[in-house]
Amino acid sequence: MTKRFSFSQVILLLAALVLAAIWLAPIAWAVATSLKPEEETTVTPLQWFGSEITFDSYALVLETGGILKWAVNSTVTAVIVTFMTVLFSAMAAYGFARTQFKGQRTLLAVILAGIMVPPQVLIAPLFAEMVAFGLVDTWWAIILPQVAAPLIVFILFKFFQDVPPELEQAAFVDGAGRWRVFFTIVLPLSRPVLAAVSIFTFINTWNNFLWPFLVSTDPNTMTLPVGLANVVQGTFGLRYAQIMASVVLAGLPLLVVFVLFQRQIVRGVAHSGLAGQ
Amino acid sequence: MSTAVAPPATSAAPVARAKVRRGWTQHGLLFVAPFLLVYVVFLVWPTLLGFRMSLSSVNIAGGNDHLVGFANYAEAFGDPRMWRSLWNTLVFTVLSTIPLVFLGLVFALLVHHLRFVQWLWRLSFFGPFLLPSAVVSILWLQMIYPPDYGLLNGTLGTDVLWLGDPSTAMWSVVLTTVWWTVGFNFLLYLAALQAIPQHLYEAASIDGATAWDKLRSITLPLLGRTTALIVVLQLVASLKVFDQIYLMTGGGPEDSTRPIIEYAYDVGFTGYRIGYASAVSYILFVLIVIVSLAQLRLFRKREEVAS
Repeated sequence: MTKRFSFSQVILLLAALVLAAIWLAPIAWAVATSLKPEEETTVTPLQWFGSEITFDSYALVLETGGILKWAVNSTVTAVIVTFMTVLFSAMAAYGFARTQFKGQRTLLAVILAGIMVPPQVLIAPLFAEMVAFGLVDTWWAIILPQVAAPLIVFILFKFFQDVPPELEQAAFVDGAGRWRVFFTIVLPLSRPVLAAVSIFTFINTWNNFLWPFLVSTDPNTMTLPVGLANVVQGTFGLRYAQIMASVVLAGLPLLVVFVLFQRQIVRGVAHSGLAGQ
Repeated sequence: MSTAVAPPATSAAPVARAKVRRGWTQHGLLFVAPFLLVYVVFLVWPTLLGFRMSLSSVNIAGGNDHLVGFANYAEAFGDPRMWRSLWNTLVFTVLSTIPLVFLGLVFALLVHHLRFVQWLWRLSFFGPFLLPSAVVSILWLQMIYPPDYGLLNGTLGTDVLWLGDPSTAMWSVVLTTVWWTVGFNFLLYLAALQAIPQHLYEAASIDGATAWDKLRSITLPLLGRTTALIVVLQLVASLKVFDQIYLMTGGGPEDSTRPIIEYAYDVGFTGYRIGYASAVSYILFVLIVIVSLAQLRLFRKREEVAS
């Protein structure tokens, strides 16, 4: 019994190792290329290692490119989007789950219907709106449309519905106001689900391409993916080591964060991806 | 839910609870207001405006804004490039959804049954999902698909043009997409596997079930609902494809990969015909709504099961 168990474990382990190696190979190839001298990046037959390991490409990219600036833009916009989305969605979800007002049911239906609206088909009217507001090439143009995330309201609404109301009622009887109850009792109680939707929102925002690409033409407001795409599309000549250095630098932050906070991220993505199931 | 919205007079809730609820009433709209404002301005209004635009001849500068009825839709249905991009979108959706769901399940089953270095498997299979589309596209376009020095031909010893050949370009785009996003489905399946009660397997073991029996008669049936949800999520995600195709092939060669969102972007933002672009977008919109209705039904079913 024990023997058969370990035998199947070995088979599974081998399969996983092969698949993991295949899945990691493209990233490893990007790193390997970025560490080669520029003249050796396109040699055939293919070689994983150059004659020396050099960080020249990284130095060049960091010195001359806008990558640090774009990383800052990406971080700031993603943090603001995440904060606003989670705060506004939590308030709205709580309003729907715990209070009553006229037209509540209709409003909730309208918001849930929004889950079906893909932002990608709204690029033309949204862009016209941004032109009208004079927001093109600002952070707000990138941020605001991404805050309208009905899926997050839906997830939090279902969560608040399942929270037993007794705790809040006790505080209410003790004379606490509605807002105080929300901020000092409900939000701290909901920390795991708030972390889950925050992580989900942050990853989506950090990686969003089409919308930031449309509303930023100024390299000073571009996010990391947009800036990177622009630079590479406008690049001529052989600079593969530098391009791969940019790719590694742009991809690295979230991978490092993932290794550090794996448990929380896995749970956050799975929870939000399954819409709170 | 029904007690929350019923008028207090008809509410059958206990007195104490009704009192509390009445106390909360006046602030309800204030809680909802901030989200509602953003939602109306940046989702509801653009949705209506987009439909109005699709009925007009407006250009990107806002000029020439005359209502033309359904002329844009009529033009779109007679436009071979629209049909080609719609066809490409559907082909991409079918070709990508099948391996993305299947491999997601295989990876999850594999990792779920392994006891060692969980972090390594998760990083390997989910890691690519955390890379921005621009990073993924540039990496595959510049260093993996080039026929002469690229990693793929160099490793396989083949001589394929990949993105450069109309007969292989779509497959190449699908391959990149599978590598990039399978991690998401993998995580969803992993979460679903962990939620299966262990005692079911223990009971089956006592009855002498083999690993294969357990997979077939316990695991897979219990994953049915998750699979339905993942398939729908994946269909919607694939129908919206734009980033990696735009960045890797620009829709070529010979329009063989251009998806419908890219076509809308092309006619609207490079061709300046915003009205026509909106009509093209809304054709896709209708398709996505149909698939999403299935998604909402699944959510609702799960809720019923849960309660």
